[in-house]
Amino acid sequence: MSTEAELNPTSYIQHHLTHMTMSIGEGSFWVLHVDTLVMSLILGVISLGFIWMVVRKATSGVPGKTQAFVELLIEFIDDQVKNTFHGNRHAFVAPAALTIFVWVLLLNSMDFLPVDIMAWIYEHLFGLHNWRGVPTADVNTTFALALSIWMLTIYFSIKVKGFGGWIKELFCAPFGKNPILWPFNLLLNLIEYISKPLSHSLRLFGNMYAGEIIFMLLGMWAATGIAGTIFGAVLGVGWAIFHILIVVLHAFIFMILAVVYLSMAHESH
Amino acid sequence: MNINFTLVSQAIAFSIFIWFTTKFVWPYLLRAIEERQQKIADGLAAGERGKKELELASQRSSEVLKEAKQRAGEIVIQAEKRASDIIEEAKKNARVEGEKILAGAKAEIQHEIFSARESLRQQVAGLAVQGASKILRREVNAKAHADLLASIETELK
Repeated sequence: MSTEAELNPTSYIQHHLTHMTMSIGEGSFWVLHVDTLVMSLILGVISLGFIWMVVRKATSGVPGKTQAFVELLIEFIDDQVKNTFHGNRHAFVAPAALTIFVWVLLLNSMDFLPVDIMAWIYEHLFGLHNWRGVPTADVNTTFALALSIWMLTIYFSIKVKGFGGWIKELFCAPFGKNPILWPFNLLLNLIEYISKPLSHSLRLFGNMYAGEIIFMLLGMWAATGIAGTIFGAVLGVGWAIFHILIVVLHAFIFMILAVVYLSMAHESH
Repeated sequence: MNINFTLVSQAIAFSIFIWFTTKFVWPYLLRAIEERQQKIADGLAAGERGKKELELASQRSSEVLKEAKQRAGEIVIQAEKRASDIIEEAKKNARVEGEKILAGAKAEIQHEIFSARESLRQQVAGLAVQGASKILRREVNAKAHADLLASIETELK
């Protein structure tokens, strides 16, 4: 894509995996991935705005097709949450699950857009040289979501059980109250608290990132000639169809895990 | 692959989206759905009630019909009984009346007989006196035997 550099597989992939960055301070931390932010904000505003527009005109009578679609979505989420979370789910957990599912699903779905065509559009229509369209293939997004959920689980743990109850649970669960077992309990709980956001975020990130890479690798078949282009296109279609499953599945898994973590925070052991 | 401030900004965006959904999306649609569920439940209950009422009404109507039939039968029986009573009474009245008429007729006949007998007797007496006077005209002085004749006459009467 980049005409100035020599086009080889490494530069091709590197080009597609380079974020558009904006430095807002000293050091490598104070950097913003503009592409990730803009894409996720646009998708979030569009999807939630759409749902909001429908909901604003929602009638309790016979619903229109759009409202029926949104209701279907909400009832699907509500059912999932009801099975996992036993409490007043309407206060926070169910709407949060809806947000996560819709948002992550749309962020993942950006993966369906063909990488090279989108890169061309971004570059020639918007003048954006390095622009990655899939925000969930950016580890910052998945970590942001997972860490937000993680902090919410700690918040709800303390809110439901009290600070003392939470500390007590760190030492007394899951093996027992015996003081000999305290270090083991604490160790296990610490591992759990560390592994939860890691697995939660890296699972989504890994799948989306790998999906993107595989699309790029398949796209590189085009470099081998016409036969290779056709072969790559066929494989690309196959991978895209399989990717529909992955995209929806991982949006769903991410939401369900968030609900499970939040409901675990609400229950005392 | 490097962690940077994008994480924080994404987390902020995420919280805002969650807040938005919790505040503006979820409750409204949930309310609409719940209201509709209530409506459907009410409709179903009303339907059920209607069905039950219909059943009850048909049961009652059949009961009423049965009762009406029974009463009609009773009325017919009563009417028949009353008709036979009336006939019976009419018969009795007719019999009494007939007897009365018969008695009146009998009495009249008696009276007629009596008066006929009386007139016959008088006629016979007159004839007898006439005959006797004819026979006796020659031998008996009417004037001399007048009292005798009168006594015969009274006897015949």
